[in-house]
Amino acid sequence: MVKYFSNNIDIRSTWDHVVSAFWQRYPNPYSTHVLTEDVVYREVTADHRLLSRRLLMKTNRLPRWAEYLFPGGMSRSVYIIEDSIVDPVNRSLTTYTWNLNHTTLMSVEERCIFRDSVEQPATTQLKREAWISSNVYGFSRPIQEFGLARFKSNQVKAMKGLEYALSNLQGETPQRLLRDSVKGASEKAKETAKSLASAAAVPQKPRQYV
Amino acid sequence: MNSVGEACTDLKRDYDQCFNRWFADKFLKGDRSGDPCTETFREYQRCVQKAIREKDIPVDGVEFMGPNKDKPES
Repeated sequence: MVKYFSNNIDIRSTWDHVVSAFWQRYPNPYSTHVLTEDVVYREVTADHRLLSRRLLMKTNRLPRWAEYLFPGGMSRSVYIIEDSIVDPVNRSLTTYTWNLNHTTLMSVEERCIFRDSVEQPATTQLKREAWISSNVYGFSRPIQEFGLARFKSNQVKAMKGLEYALSNLQGETPQRLLRDSVKGASEKAKETAKSLASAAAVPQKPRQYV
Repeated sequence: MNSVGEACTDLKRDYDQCFNRWFADKFLKGDRSGDPCTETFREYQRCVQKAIREKDIPVDGVEFMGPNKDKPES
């Protein structure tokens, strides 16, 4: 059983700026959970597309109820691969991101496609999809729910990080480059995360799960 | 931003700087005149691939965009 999520966001910057900022978004104030970033493969194809692979290492902070499922303990780091294709002729950036380890606990795969907005000038449309699954016997559903809630809240951070990188690129103080619909989504994500945390009935102070 | 190989961070920064300039000024503008960053990339890769092996990070043999194969077209 896999949880699927998708949404569309408009970014008020040109595609060229967004793609340039894509490479420069770490570090940013919202990415303290990203510890290392490396390009481990890059190639310009004969048809002038840029293929890249980035390896990221992130902290892995789980709610305590999930940690109990792994009594032997687990490594604190998650390794993530981000493969991407920049097509400057067709003006699309496609990225595919997934975790290399901790996959029994949870596997999160994400596909993003950045293109010029059809409706609005100087705007980039991002279509984002995620597939979240867990293979822990007996607990896959709550883990998937947690994973989806965390994904949505991470998505808000990721957009803020991109916005930050875009502002730096354009030499301006950070401003609202994202449409307000994203703000609505982030409120919703916070609510979902809160209600899930209480449903899990673990009596702890609300924490931000990265 | 740090590299996964502690010794590689400076090499990574040099490469990133070169790449970002080339990407915006040449690649996106359709200029195919060649990549000025090959040498700095090579040095950086020598370092980071070694760190990946030493830390046993399972990147080797992972197919490019592998899991995307079984997903429906967007």
